[in-house]
Amino acid sequence: MTEVLILGEIKDGSPDLRTLELLSAGNALSNGAGCSILFMGDSVAEAANKAAAYGPHTVYRVEHPLLKGFQPDLWLGALEQACRRIHPSVLLMGHSFVGMDLGPRLACRLNSRLTTDCIDLSIDPEDGLLLRTKPVSGGNAISVFKCPGQPQLATVRGKVFAPAEPGDRPGDMVDIQVEIDPSMIRVESIEIVEEETVSLDKANVVVAGGAGLGEADGFELLEELAAALRKSFGNVMIGCSRVAVDKGWISSDHQVGLTGTMISPDIYVAVGISGAIQHLVGMVHSKKIIAINTDPACNIFKVADYGIVEDYEDIVPALVEKLEELS
Amino acid sequence: MTEIRIIVCAKQIPDPEAPLSDVSVDAEKLEVIVDAPQVISPFDENALEAAVRLTEDMGGKITVLSLGKKVSDTVLRKSLAAGADELILLEDDQFEKLDSHSTAAALAKAIQKIGDYDLVLTGRQAGDWDSGQVGLLLGEMLGLPCISLARDITIEDGSVVVKKGIPEGYERVKAKMPALVTVSNEVGELRYISRTRMLKMIQGARSIPSWSALEIGVNPEALQKMAITALSSPPDMGRDCQFMEGAPKEMAEKLAAVFMALK
Repeated sequence: MTEVLILGEIKDGSPDLRTLELLSAGNALSNGAGCSILFMGDSVAEAANKAAAYGPHTVYRVEHPLLKGFQPDLWLGALEQACRRIHPSVLLMGHSFVGMDLGPRLACRLNSRLTTDCIDLSIDPEDGLLLRTKPVSGGNAISVFKCPGQPQLATVRGKVFAPAEPGDRPGDMVDIQVEIDPSMIRVESIEIVEEETVSLDKANVVVAGGAGLGEADGFELLEELAAALRKSFGNVMIGCSRVAVDKGWISSDHQVGLTGTMISPDIYVAVGISGAIQHLVGMVHSKKIIAINTDPACNIFKVADYGIVEDYEDIVPALVEKLEELS
Repeated sequence: MTEIRIIVCAKQIPDPEAPLSDVSVDAEKLEVIVDAPQVISPFDENALEAAVRLTEDMGGKITVLSLGKKVSDTVLRKSLAAGADELILLEDDQFEKLDSHSTAAALAKAIQKIGDYDLVLTGRQAGDWDSGQVGLLLGEMLGLPCISLARDITIEDGSVVVKKGIPEGYERVKAKMPALVTVSNEVGELRYISRTRMLKMIQGARSIPSWSALEIGVNPEALQKMAITALSSPPDMGRDCQFMEGAPKEMAEKLAAVFMALK
């Protein structure tokens, strides 16, 4: 029996949006049977019941007091045991913090091969193996991989698949007992520090800076621009390239790109960003793109609608002044 | 604990910051062709920086490992210029286009051959295939505690303490060494290396050891290549850029008008 399984993630007692996307990705692979969902945690009943309404084949509940919070060693042990019990032919996880922490090590333990950050999936009718489509080379190419092993393993990029719709019949509910204990913990948590982070994907306009700012103070100028734009555009936030984070100018929650946030605001303003491909893939779907850079040949102008080739310090103050006047 | 022994795994890749025009896809040969200089993968540079800071603080030894069919020691000698003590290349015809699992398996063998270490550091993912697996696979194969996405690494009483990035902020975690840590860019960029120092290291007489698959005890037959069945260019992302003309103030005013029209 072939079974497509997804690893669900829970937010505030409900399956999160990525889980619903995974469910539709999994359903498409399940040949009409519907895919199954597995939830892990110390209390998963509420999320499992809500997920059942989406008509999955089966909802597996892996509940254990030690699965409270996310301790990777314990979660990995539990997931490995659940996979050995269920024997899914395919296991999909989100390309999320949890999926990327567990996926590689799970693949190692199950002697299977994982493909990460997939944007399309299908089954090769010849051999039943998963065809895993993934952007590579920072997004410069799209590659299709096929690997041996069972389960066939992939992490799936968010916002690519449409979330699943509620189904006709509720899925079966199955409890899976796992044996985990504190001796499995190799990495001990000392503290979790919650930081106030920006949610760039909620911005109407993102004003982003990169290496071309030359110094951390450049972001003060960008903040002035953001403030001037707020009067007309509402939610305006500050973004940045990876280099700006590397240099310690700004915190990583502002980072746009492959390893930062992928966004598509109404307007993206790139200041002093040359446009490495891993940055471009994170903002290229913005509705309008405006770039200010001293190098006319740089990548960012290739994806921009409007460009200014000049030092941003000679442009931004005058721009702010004019915007104040007009708005 | 007195001195720390760190192994940093660094991959040589074509510069991922290269202009788009330097990248093309050969769909027949299933190859991405990047006409750009070779560099150390950016997150691996972050890992090296973390290692150099640790040994600056407490003394110790850094060994850099780099695996490939042919690794340019010119590119990797940068790690020595930055403060690594030793560079070992893992070179073999059979190391071409390995999948993540086989790459990690070969690195694990080389690390076992080195034997003596407290910490293994890798970048969170490589800038060419962006798979993000080798570090954790390697840790699992070596049976080490694994910590991903380090923003900061310190050593306290024989344990490694890591500020690990999580969606809500960060988590401070601790593991007994030896341990494996994958490093994210928040650690900071690799220190500046003067041209003189770089040239001195590149032209230096120092010979760099190169180990083959057999020398690290890897059965070449057991290695698996990346199984690519198709490769294509991404959809065209290009737009026609309308450039503002004139003096800076004029351009700024024109841009302000563009904003107002988009309101």
